[in-house]
Amino acid sequence: MNSGDGASHLVGTVRVKRGLADMLRGGVIMDVVTPEQAKIAEDAGAVAVMALERVPADIRRDGGVARMSDPAMIEGIQAAVTIPVMAKARIGHFGEAQVLEALDVDYIDESEVLTPADEAHHIDKWAFTVPFVCGATNLGEALRRISEGACMIRSKGEAGTGNIVEAVRHLRSITGDIRKITQADAAELFDWAKQLQSPLGLVQEIAETGRLPVPLFCAGGIATPADASLVMQLGAEAVFVGSGIFKSEDPGPRAEAIVEATTHYRDPSVVAKVSRGLGSAMPGLEMEGLETKLAERGW
Amino acid sequence: MTASDSQPLIGVVALQGAAAEHVAAFRRAGARAVEVRVPADLDGVDAVALPGGESTTMSHLLRTSGLFDALSERLAGGMPAFGTCAGMILLAVDVLDGRPDQRCFGAIDISVRRNAFGRQVASFEAELTAGGLDEPFKAVFIRAPWVERAGDSVEVLAEIRPASNSSTDGARASVPVLCRSGPILVSSFHPELTADDRIHELFLDMVGAALAR
Repeated sequence: MNSGDGASHLVGTVRVKRGLADMLRGGVIMDVVTPEQAKIAEDAGAVAVMALERVPADIRRDGGVARMSDPAMIEGIQAAVTIPVMAKARIGHFGEAQVLEALDVDYIDESEVLTPADEAHHIDKWAFTVPFVCGATNLGEALRRISEGACMIRSKGEAGTGNIVEAVRHLRSITGDIRKITQADAAELFDWAKQLQSPLGLVQEIAETGRLPVPLFCAGGIATPADASLVMQLGAEAVFVGSGIFKSEDPGPRAEAIVEATTHYRDPSVVAKVSRGLGSAMPGLEMEGLETKLAERGW
Repeated sequence: MTASDSQPLIGVVALQGAAAEHVAAFRRAGARAVEVRVPADLDGVDAVALPGGESTTMSHLLRTSGLFDALSERLAGGMPAFGTCAGMILLAVDVLDGRPDQRCFGAIDISVRRNAFGRQVASFEAELTAGGLDEPFKAVFIRAPWVERAGDSVEVLAEIRPASNSSTDGARASVPVLCRSGPILVSSFHPELTADDRIHELFLDMVGAALAR
């Protein structure tokens, strides 16, 4: 028996970065702002937490420039839980991303929830060892992010609203175009690449496999177990819950119920069982009343 | 190879994590495979695989789904099991650096240290030489655990030397990452993430031997 040599470990490979996204599939990633909330999330069965200073609903309410969280706050959450800890950097702000990598966060979300730092360029994510997740509203946006090195794609939805309608639009747009591409002939794929403003190679890969090259998760507006069941049935492979848990009346039981519904989404009787008596969900907002649409940030 | 009823049926526990890849790997290797989420899904299953994912989440969902007791009973009855990463943690006797309420099946006499190689930036690929395999295996380690202690009944099939910045003990020589004991096979790494099915085939040989007994 021979043993591998510590010096021959290859870190930051595509397989390793996408691999962690694969391990989170079927799970719930929860936004938390304190170590106590992180413990509640882990107790409820979260597969990871997103450490941030304010949940999207509060960012939306308070206004002002939203930035990367204080490193001390991220470290407090890393110390509180054993599950992966993610954190957000502003779109294009590779300086924040470098800080987050130095903090050993497990995934970076280059997020439209924070105020964008660059109006033309997303972060070159290939330059990092830590993997990135990015939001997308449609397939073209998803493939551009993947070409920049994103290893997980999530719908943008409309964060901080408790309203699932935008996430449903984004998921249907992405999965619907994937289905159409699998029916296209080889010549049509060139036009698909042009229409989607995306690399031809990624379009051809989708035509062959019928799926995104990286896991597709759902984010933006999930507030109930039935919301989680809906988006999983629409093709999401895991869910992010932002304001939906800690802006609700009773976060712990609601978090646990969303975890159960995400695992057993095919079984409506389980979703019904866990949906009982959870207290009120977060209040929620109509799209027409919004001054700022976060999903329009990024391109 | 096509699967027929004469081939073993592998139940892949699909509460959370990379279950689909195990199902695909077992089918490529010629077995039948189904996903398991509730105790009734175990009917007719000859062996189980516990995939990678988050062991704390799986431990929670095993309890709420009733699968923990159902699987404990089958494992006690000698059912073969294959655990990768989080699955290895669940099959162990005890976990270091886990949560105090985390439950394990105790199906193989090992103690496992969770996230032992470090956080995600330390996740890695490496060529592994394993007992029973002619050529090295490309192993993918993701926030991986290692075997801290292996009992006398446990056969260590592969070890690896941690990188010097690993969380717990940089000076450590090498640690077991692929182990077998009776009908139980566990790995720190993820053979389901590569197209190389030799470790799944090794497990199917173990299942075949257990069923012939």
